[in-house]
Amino acid sequence: MGIKSFCLKKSLWVFHFAGASCNNCDIEILDVLTPRYDVERFGIQLIGSPRHADVLLVSGSINQRDKPRLLEVYNQASKPVFVVAFGACGCTGGIFAEGNTFAGPLDQIVPVDAYIPGCPPKPEAILAGITKLVKTI
Amino acid sequence: MAEQLFYFFIYPGLLFAGIVGGLLSWFDRKITAKVQFRKGPPLLQPFYDFLKLLLVKETILPERGSKLTFLIAPLFSLIGATLSAIFILLPLLNIDIGFEGDVIVIFYLLTIPSLFYVIGALASGNPLASVGASREIKMIISYELTFLLIFAAVIMKAGMTINLQEIIQMQAGGNAFIGSISGVLLFIAGLFCVQAKLGMVPFDIAEAETELSEGSFIEYSGTAYSIIKFTKYIMLFILPALLVGFFMAGFNWEGTGILWSVLKLLAVVLLLTLIRNTNPRLKVKQVMRFFLVGMNIMVIIAIILIYFGL
Ligand code: SF4
Repeated sequence: MGIKSFCLKKSLWVFHFAGASCNNCDIEILDVLTPRYDVERFGIQLIGSPRHADVLLVSGSINQRDKPRLLEVYNQASKPVFVVAFGACGCTGGIFAEGNTFAGPLDQIVPVDAYIPGCPPKPEAILAGITKLVKTI
Repeated sequence: MAEQLFYFFIYPGLLFAGIVGGLLSWFDRKITAKVQFRKGPPLLQPFYDFLKLLLVKETILPERGSKLTFLIAPLFSLIGATLSAIFILLPLLNIDIGFEGDVIVIFYLLTIPSLFYVIGALASGNPLASVGASREIKMIISYELTFLLIFAAVIMKAGMTINLQEIIQMQAGGNAFIGSISGVLLFIAGLFCVQAKLGMVPFDIAEAETELSEGSFIEYSGTAYSIIKFTKYIMLFILPALLVGFFMAGFNWEGTGILWSVLKLLAVVLLLTLIRNTNPRLKVKQVMRFFLVGMNIMVIIAIILIYFGL
């Protein structure tokens, strides 16, 4: 294991992209920052600019309007960047998959590195997903 | 020549100041976590962040904007921070006695990083970055005067000497400046100035994460951003160290003095962290009023007290 991947593993900065979510997932994401789960102990931080992002966390289904914006954010992020599909909506489209504005599941728009299913995923499931992502680096 | 290069790159310049600053940055984050009943990041977290940005991430240049200025600005801010680190730490660590008037040089060098953040932000051509830059300029306008007055007051208190080494020696033998009323007032004002210079909450209006998404630094990525991070680590070390030198009799590297020196430095950083964790962000207007009216009056009162020998 080289020093590069070691440092990357130890300091993942997350940019949160909220598609057309019902906001429940977004609140669960904040859960893992609370004292009980505290992801900062693994060096994970929520950051505000996609330029600094290592992980693009996409919650909610992607509809026609979100698609160009998601692609823009993905292109703005400095590589290497990992995409994580969050929640049933992010993974497959969930209950919005049949809607007429739905623009296809996330993995048909950008390459996805990890899936965290659930509606919304429990904080434990989020931590498990992060661990899986870290193992693939 | 070799000696100067050693001073600049290794000890007490770039490498040493950066490493100590990184450890202090961990201390700051750990205390923040403790205040919020969290566990906090591991000891080497600041270095993981720095190395990741330096080695792994790609550096993106702005499409519209001056690429050269955008890249050079972080470099100059790093040089400014390193030079001020040398001039502050040489007398403080007892390596060299400095020279007559180095306090004034330090004052000017300390403004360089903030100025180059502004230039870099404006060169990036991002609207949010320019809002951040304009806020940074307003901050500089408000706190620099107070900072200058503090320098003047300390010089006055030390009997009109403009040499950091002599200012520290004046306080030797248990009469540190913080032991007097004027010293306490100056220390409080200095603490807020340092807080503003470091861009910590409540004065983080220039890089407001929530509404400007990192403001001045929004376009920086990869190596360029790692240099900015490193500059911030250095500043987190030298500004509290300067306060220790001005008000707490500096460092002492003999016997138990080492422990005391470290504790003094940590105490100042602890105060900064606690202020940062117990206050919400101020508006630009409030920051300007806070420094231009409140802090300036406090420092002027301190100067009057010094005049009467208090
Ligand atoms: S996965 Fe469930 S909780 Fe999350 S955005 Fe979709 S519907 Fe809401």
